[in-house]
Amino acid sequence: MKTLNKMFLVIFALTFFVMCTKQEDKNILKIGEFGSLTGSEATFGVSTHEGIMLAIDELNAAGGIQGKKLKIITVDDQGKAEEAATAVTKLITSDGVIAILGEVASSRSLAAAPIAQRYQIPMISPSSTNPKVTQVGDYIFRTCFIDPFQGKVMANFAIHKLKAKRVAILRDVKSDYSVGLAEFFKKTFEENGGKIVSDISYTGGDVEFKAQLTTIRSKKVDAIFVPGYYTEVGLIARQAKELGIKAPLLGGDGWDSERLTEIAGNALDNSYFSNHYSPESTDPKVIDFVSRYKKVYGKIPDGLAAMGYDAALILIEALKQTKNQTPQEIRAALANIKNFQAVTGNISFNDQRDAEKAAVVIVVKNKKFSFIETVHP
Amino acid sequence: MVKKEIYLFGTVIAILMFSQWIISKTLNPYLFMILMYCGINIILGVSLNIINGLTGQFSIGHAGFMAIGGYVSAAFSFYFFAPWISAMGLPFWLQTVGAHFFFLISLFLGGLTAAGFGYVVGLPSLHLRGDYLGIVTLGFGEIIRVLILNLDVIGGARGFTGIPSWSNFFWVYFFVVCVVLLSFRLVRSYHGRALLAIRENEIAAEAMGINITAYKVKAFMLSSFFAGIAGGLFAHYIGYLNPSSFTFIKSFEAIVIVVLGGMGSISGAVLAALITTILPEALRPLQEVTRLDFRMVIYPLLLLTLMLTRPQGILGTKEIGDVLPFLKRKSR
Repeated sequence: MKTLNKMFLVIFALTFFVMCTKQEDKNILKIGEFGSLTGSEATFGVSTHEGIMLAIDELNAAGGIQGKKLKIITVDDQGKAEEAATAVTKLITSDGVIAILGEVASSRSLAAAPIAQRYQIPMISPSSTNPKVTQVGDYIFRTCFIDPFQGKVMANFAIHKLKAKRVAILRDVKSDYSVGLAEFFKKTFEENGGKIVSDISYTGGDVEFKAQLTTIRSKKVDAIFVPGYYTEVGLIARQAKELGIKAPLLGGDGWDSERLTEIAGNALDNSYFSNHYSPESTDPKVIDFVSRYKKVYGKIPDGLAAMGYDAALILIEALKQTKNQTPQEIRAALANIKNFQAVTGNISFNDQRDAEKAAVVIVVKNKKFSFIETVHP
Repeated sequence: MVKKEIYLFGTVIAILMFSQWIISKTLNPYLFMILMYCGINIILGVSLNIINGLTGQFSIGHAGFMAIGGYVSAAFSFYFFAPWISAMGLPFWLQTVGAHFFFLISLFLGGLTAAGFGYVVGLPSLHLRGDYLGIVTLGFGEIIRVLILNLDVIGGARGFTGIPSWSNFFWVYFFVVCVVLLSFRLVRSYHGRALLAIRENEIAAEAMGINITAYKVKAFMLSSFFAGIAGGLFAHYIGYLNPSSFTFIKSFEAIVIVVLGGMGSISGAVLAALITTILPEALRPLQEVTRLDFRMVIYPLLLLTLMLTRPQGILGTKEIGDVLPFLKRKSR
């Protein structure tokens, strides 16, 4: 009993000590970041983190903002919604950050956003595409386009470029992202006179899609819209080829992974997807970013890294325009950003605090992604 | 005697209200959040203990019941109660009172629905024993999750947003007190003894005239009711529900609490719930400093060590009063 008492005392004293020794350094601006650094979507979180760190390190090397350095405090949410809520509460109330960057997945952003809004700390999501995220409140921003836009881009592409009349949709019912894209694709495609001949679903984690694909084959389609993530899309492409389906597959930014062609092999040739940026783009800003990123991390940045970088850049731009770097000032500065030259395109925030920016369409050929066109909103 | 109990109840409520007032004024919101999670996990652990610990059945579907409670109560609050309150145009203080009143109702609705599902699942499947029951409950939990994923009215895969934030310290710990008190009273009652008898030996229990299935179903319903309450408290605290929060991993977290605390030990479950909630948060700074994922290495390692050195759990089948006698009430 006595030892137990002592142990509690020691723990208590230590906690107290730690709390007391926290000093506020006036020359450091604390920015919070939360992301899935571990868990099943760890690559998303890590890529985003690397992009953010690149932007922050470059700024600090260049002297910071009005002589103040930025410090990023990163908290892991393990890819869980409730952990995201805890992470953001901790960042705001324990660490006292003035702004927050995160999350990739819309579900985690949705869990965290009400908290940021309640404490009036600006939060910038680099790549949550669900429309609901920024509807939480006026402190929530995003630097990517939203699901409706991506669905629209691919629907227009199918009609005008592919001259498709009959399209089948194969969506992942378990994923909010996939459902969102499918809905908006369907709407735009039908408004433009196209016909959705078949709208079937699968569940993320499935490995067998032949039942759905056989139904689609019998409908004689011009293209199949598969707004899923790369693992399932790769398998779907393989099995479609085995069944002799020649129609191209169309998809969204969930395809963006090197693993896609590893799984699909050559089955995805002449398939198209929309994305936020392409490292092959001839835009000098992209070329410059890719070379700097390569120098630090030794690899080509994926879309999430570029978007993390852009989110951090926008925040830095807003910070530069403020006098005292209070959260209120940052929010106001963010809302006024128009036509900011970022890596993934020119970003303006509309009155919904969603970024208005271009998407790129990418074609898969010989296991390689090549840039086709940029679509402006 | 009854009068005494009412006094006791009143005192508990007064203490809780007072702490609510103090805590909301002083405590750092991050620590407050951990405190709330502690309470919710205590309710989960202690309620699962009624099935897994006291009755000796093996349920892996606790997250499913929690999800039902959470979604049902959230749906009632979101679609009915919150609009009613704002439509009535009451003065501010009455709105607060109304919110608390309706919150309690929606919690109960969630809990009762979960208990109803507990009945539906329990009745046919409780003839099964051990592993078989485990598989049935596991399947049930997954069915619930997939159902929710496909229901668009409650957000589907997108998650349920805009749930009013009505949970507070008072309600969470009010139900903690309820479930703990109820468990203690249950163990000493005729019903509780019957459950213990079933745990020790079903055939012997049946020979003594205990209706095994009926008692198992009762235990199942009681347990699911509180899991549903925990879900409701959780939903109204975060203000957002996502089906991915209720995978079987969540069920296993509840099982870890029960096993870690000692199967059948109520105070053990409380203790284990505190440990499993606080420990990962306490290890968080380690991850931030080292930039490596030590947190999820050390936490399971600690659990592993504990289970290897004390396979019967922290308290075994004992209660805290047996270990630390000064906490025990003097027997009358």
